[in-house]
Amino acid sequence: MAITSIKNLKEFSTNNDRFEGAHLLCPGCAHSMIVRELMNCTDDNLVISSNTGCLEVSTAVYPYTSWDTSWIHIGFENSATAVTGAEAMYKARKRKGTLKDPDAPVKFVAFGGDGSTYDIGFQWLSGAMERGHDFTYICLDNENYANTGGQRSSATPIGAHTSTAQAGTHSYGKKQKKKDIVSIMAAHGSPYVAQLAPNKWKSMAKGFQKALETEGPCFINTVSACTTEWKFDPKDTIHVTDLATDSLMFPIYEIIDGHELNILYRPKNIIKVEDYLGAQGRYKHLFKPENKHVIERIQSDIDKNWTMLQRREEAKI
Amino acid sequence: MSITGSAIGTDKRGIRELGGEEKLGWDEVEQGVVLSSFDGSTENAAFLKPEEREYSDFNSYTATVASWRIIKPVYNRDICIDCQNCWVWCPDTSIISRDKQMLGIDYDHCKGCGVCVEVCPTNPKSLLMFNEASDNDAELAGWPVKEKKEK
Repeated sequence: MAITSIKNLKEFSTNNDRFEGAHLLCPGCAHSMIVRELMNCTDDNLVISSNTGCLEVSTAVYPYTSWDTSWIHIGFENSATAVTGAEAMYKARKRKGTLKDPDAPVKFVAFGGDGSTYDIGFQWLSGAMERGHDFTYICLDNENYANTGGQRSSATPIGAHTSTAQAGTHSYGKKQKKKDIVSIMAAHGSPYVAQLAPNKWKSMAKGFQKALETEGPCFINTVSACTTEWKFDPKDTIHVTDLATDSLMFPIYEIIDGHELNILYRPKNIIKVEDYLGAQGRYKHLFKPENKHVIERIQSDIDKNWTMLQRREEAKI
Repeated sequence: MSITGSAIGTDKRGIRELGGEEKLGWDEVEQGVVLSSFDGSTENAAFLKPEEREYSDFNSYTATVASWRIIKPVYNRDICIDCQNCWVWCPDTSIISRDKQMLGIDYDHCKGCGVCVEVCPTNPKSLLMFNEASDNDAELAGWPVKEKKEK
């Protein structure tokens, strides 16, 4: 496998981009930062499939495609199924000797938004994980169905305002907690599962390379700040992601072989979750006096989760 | 309901022509739209710089989103330290960087989000946002100077 150097940004920047501009994602969208970084991590041929979602509708608007690799879109739920089918066919043709260039290294990658990963494509993803194909699934987690107008998904955190879980006099937004997809995928016995963020480009690039190198089904959940539905200024994408990782709303860690948890980023100064919530318009109702208990609950959930992660890392379980 | 169609192949627009009376068998699938990113041979693009590639008309590289911008980034080569922060975080592949050097901004693909300005570490910043209608040279002439630390 031809992995590219990620020693420092200068060397990383000598890679030739395979994700072209003039796609129609919003200005400041983190989706394309993540996709570009994945494609710059390796020189191998890539076979990519995308679930329906922001990434799919914006990068393949007829008559244009933004992908310089093989790319396929089928349905909302089955990017994992499509890419594992391609992988099975590739292996079969390699065995039969009917490939044009059998020695060329090929990697199989599936992209999905959080709606298609946590909710709609969950069964298909679980099936692909169980069958044990050699592919990497990357979830671009922006915590709502941003493509269709910001409905709640099971990735939306408690207290967030969405178009179908609105904040008002009788409600403080979504009342349910976020699904812990990383643990669910680790429980499938996947050889490499991680949660990464684009603001820490090096740990993200390392995680991507590890997932691509590892044989078997790997899963990566990436934080993708959504300027439209999280309601912040497009220029602040990296700033908001910084706040997310430093407040431990999104801890960055990996789980190898279903156990052996490693924390990849420990913030020097752990900030209060209010700073993260206050930077976004979708949480602004939480700062009313009657909703203070929601912030306290979010903070206590974060603290418990961080303690759990640290203990798991210590005990290597 | 049966799907009718004949295997004529894809036309110039990448769409397979439909028509004819021939019906598809149960194990045949009508092909969707296929767009090729490059003209001629499709070698691994990872080994080709953008200027060495033969982009086809279907590649969004040949399109432009410049009309989305109301503010634009202007680049000052004199202050830049080639840290490449703007390159790694640009969502629109609009920072032109070759051989570890930042060369400039691709105004055909830039949407003016301003992420590059926010992540620029120099003092004063080597990238700043200005009104789309303003003149680059005039803005470069009036570039802010280094702020002195208050004691």
